[in-house]
Amino acid sequence: MTLNSKIPSGSLESKWKTYKSTCKLVNPANKRQLEVIVIGTGLAGASAAASLGELGYKVKTFCFQDSPRRAHSIAAQGGINAAKNYQNDGDSTYRLFYDTVKGGDYRAREGNVYRLAEVSANIIDQCVAQGVPFAREYGGLLSNRSFGGTQVQRTFYAAGQTGQQLLIGAYQALERQVALGNVTQYSRHEMLEVVMVDGKARGIIARNLVTGELERHFGHAVLLCSGGYGNVFYLSTNAMGSNVTAAWKAHKKGAFFGNPCFTQIHPTCIPVSGDHQSKLTLMSESLRNDGRIWVPKKQGDNRKPNDIPEEERDYYLERRYPAFGNLVPRDVASRAAKERCDAGYGVGASKQAVYLDYASAIERYGKVEANKLGLENPSKEKITELGKGVVEAKYGNLFEMYEKITGENPYEVPMRIYPAVHYTMGGLWVDYELQTTVPGLYALGEANFSDHGANRLGASALMQGLADGYFVIPYTLGNNLADDIRTKAIPTDHPAFVAAEKEVSDRINKLMSIKGTESVESFHKRLGKIMWDKCGMARNEKGLKEAIEEIKALRKEFWSNVRIPGEINEFNPELDKANRVADFIELGELMCMDALNRNESCGGHFREEYQTEDGEAMRQDDKYMYVAAWEYKGESQFELHKEDLVYDVVHPTQRSYK
Amino acid sequence: MEHYNMNLTLKVWKQKNKNQQGHFETFQVKNISSEMSFLEMFDVLNEQLIAEGKEPIAFDHDCREGICGACSMHINGRAHGPWHHTTTCQLHMREYKDGDTIVVEPFRANAFPVIKDLVVDRSGFDRIIQAGGYISVNTGNAVDANALPIEKHDADEAFAAAACIGCGACVAACPNASAMLFTSAKVSHLALLPQGDPERSIRVENMIRQHDKEGFGGCTNIGACEAECPKGISLENIARLNREYIAATFRGGSKNSV
Ligand SMILES: Cc1cc2nc3c(=O)[nH]c(=O)nc-3n(C[C@H](O)[C@H](O)[C@H](O)COP(=O)(O)OP(=O)(O)OC[C@H]3O[C@@H](n4cnc5c(N)ncnc54)[C@H](O)[C@@H]3O)c2cc1C
Ligand code: SF4
Ligand code: FES
Repeated sequence: MTLNSKIPSGSLESKWKTYKSTCKLVNPANKRQLEVIVIGTGLAGASAAASLGELGYKVKTFCFQDSPRRAHSIAAQGGINAAKNYQNDGDSTYRLFYDTVKGGDYRAREGNVYRLAEVSANIIDQCVAQGVPFAREYGGLLSNRSFGGTQVQRTFYAAGQTGQQLLIGAYQALERQVALGNVTQYSRHEMLEVVMVDGKARGIIARNLVTGELERHFGHAVLLCSGGYGNVFYLSTNAMGSNVTAAWKAHKKGAFFGNPCFTQIHPTCIPVSGDHQSKLTLMSESLRNDGRIWVPKKQGDNRKPNDIPEEERDYYLERRYPAFGNLVPRDVASRAAKERCDAGYGVGASKQAVYLDYASAIERYGKVEANKLGLENPSKEKITELGKGVVEAKYGNLFEMYEKITGENPYEVPMRIYPAVHYTMGGLWVDYELQTTVPGLYALGEANFSDHGANRLGASALMQGLADGYFVIPYTLGNNLADDIRTKAIPTDHPAFVAAEKEVSDRINKLMSIKGTESVESFHKRLGKIMWDKCGMARNEKGLKEAIEEIKALRKEFWSNVRIPGEINEFNPELDKANRVADFIELGELMCMDALNRNESCGGHFREEYQTEDGEAMRQDDKYMYVAAWEYKGESQFELHKEDLVYDVVHPTQRSYK
Repeated sequence: MEHYNMNLTLKVWKQKNKNQQGHFETFQVKNISSEMSFLEMFDVLNEQLIAEGKEPIAFDHDCREGICGACSMHINGRAHGPWHHTTTCQLHMREYKDGDTIVVEPFRANAFPVIKDLVVDRSGFDRIIQAGGYISVNTGNAVDANALPIEKHDADEAFAAAACIGCGACVAACPNASAMLFTSAKVSHLALLPQGDPERSIRVENMIRQHDKEGFGGCTNIGACEAECPKGISLENIARLNREYIAATFRGGSKNSV
């Protein structure tokens, strides 16, 4: 099978315009006969479901939380990018496109990324019209900030709760469609299988998580908007329930998985405090704008941070990357922290942390304030007091969150931070129309292998989720469903539904009948440890090969020794989790295979064998300028298909931040 | 910060499902670190129960960052426990000391039926939003975002109201089990913005009607909701909702209210 990305021909600027004006349409009367299933109600799912409902399709949405509003998108803090150029600082569609392709280390499709940059401006308009309360200036216009080391200010934000406000906007649009009868919503429901009829995705099997019953739902098309799979590492910044199950079921039914090993590790998270740790909390990237990162110059230095004199501190990012300093991209900052800790310079009880220090920012801002107030010879205390005020106004909510979690006051002692798994660039392979290799099955948002290449820029995931849902799928789905208007709804007693439901119930029965001795949580932790140690921030051939064997053994153990309490036909969170962890184990193996196959370092994927003398990543463009799309061929068997990436406009260069 | 370990007694509400009677059950947990979050302490308890061949305690949670609104425990008589402006998932064990007894119940309200143990059904909140908690604008109809400047003060106030996470602590805290703080937060968010103006009458009328229909109680200005709200949603919003409601009725109600 050759992969057809279906990128329209023509110049970069004309592709999407041409597509929109030539794609097939479905007339309103026919739309009412067409049913669409949307799995997930995060930014991608809620925006898609609301927009398709408005167009007149009959939509069903599914989410595993108790309300669509709780999807993991709610947790995004920093902001959303858009090429509005409201600041008149030289931004443009092209620049956002270019930054995204470069930031992704030249592993994304030009055509897709350009479309993303193009529709980014519409997203902001749409959200404002819905009442999303973005931050504003005194003149009443929208405020922007810079994010993730870009040179322009193109990030729109709502304090540290941008994801929440965007999701509530999409959720409200969705609830309006529910009220109008265009969308039916199923909360506390988990999709556990795709139903295939004549080679096309025509429905799903879902489990009602309250009663445990299995349900059959028909759809002319199925949209997977089920989010990312960072929780394969057990510990990540993702919500506890985030999982790969929907995407994995699709994969096993024929949807190729794109670049599974591309994982983003975020440099500034609150470090692990002990074995009890259940998730990791992100501290917004914006903190690197003013904070300075350091470790002691002496290995194993156990002094309190404030007792370590200036000359005995190593500001290693400033030392290694004088041009960008503390603002180097996420992947570079994360690896540098790991390098110092591995070499024995880490701090805190676990020694797996570095300091993020605000002392000099407080002093700097304090002096500026004192000047503004015209204070002569202000005391050190006065400067500190004024400086703290400024820092509080900018980062107060983050400092408060840090203090709640650690019990330490970051105005007085430097914060301890460490990198954590945050986002997955990999996901289901999709073409320009967001269709997977299974006809009728689409993937949107973080669930697809997306437009971010090997590394995502800050504030671009929210943009992509909403672009997919509000502005892309309404066109591309119509183009495909136009050929389906004669297909009548397939009754759910069709043998394909019966067989799919049986597959699901057999698997659940099997899980419940194991009655072993080890909890699901314990298996998940063990998988996470293998993944983090051997397929995490730095990978090598030996480690990956070991990991593959260890995961295979873990899978055997899971299927013979897992203990799931309770019953099938009741509210049973342990069973829900077991279903997810079983899929994570299979995915983990594929991620290691993908990482092993990719003999280069690019973006978030760092292979130790491929680095320069001073430890920087080395791409191998002549060999690996492709999307690795994996086809499921049976247990532990995956076939690699390559989609070559062609750069007509941008010329790939080696990234340098020195 | 000095870390320490503690042993605790937990009295937790157990209830098999909506139809069966619930009761308190007592559990002991040992060696709980002061660095754990309250939910991580529950993780420890649940792992212990599973190891003993018993059923773990069901509770809602997802983000564990205080933003999704899923967690919902009533701890020693307080919604989300003792910390100000804090959800259950952000409460940390350094609040407690060795030997403490902690009583944990679900959020209680007739409109929040218990699904299992500490898990309740808050879908009434979705239906209140469906009744009017939105601005009717289809995708693709929007004008340029900066075509409509909004005074910073109004935008900030709308944001403060929009910060509600839909957790239901206000209902659990209220002796009348009223959801007026939740409802008013949405009415305020949208009423404070010019985009929300055309639908302001119909919105407030329909949302209040749905609120009552769900079986939430009336507001008698007790203020317990504001005190327990993890996001600091202010009682001012209820005052604004009342003004909106009176104005809507004064205008003779909206033709379209149902
Ligand atoms: C802490 C944090 C901060 C972030 N900050 C930013 C930021 O500032 N800017 C930015 O651009 N990005 C940010 N991101 C990334 C961004 O938030 C996510 O990539 C994005 O929100 C994903 O949206 P989504 O719609 O694809 O999926 P999600 O929001 O994860 O939604 C997934 C949905 O799928 C449902 N689901 C999953 N599986 C099933 C199943 N089997 N059956 C039924 N339903 C299912 C879930 O219930 C949920 O509704 C951040 C991420 C994190 C973790
Ligand atoms: S008003 Fe406060 S307590 Fe009530 S649902 Fe909203 S956030 Fe929760
Ligand atoms: S788990 Fe999300 S707010 Fe507590």
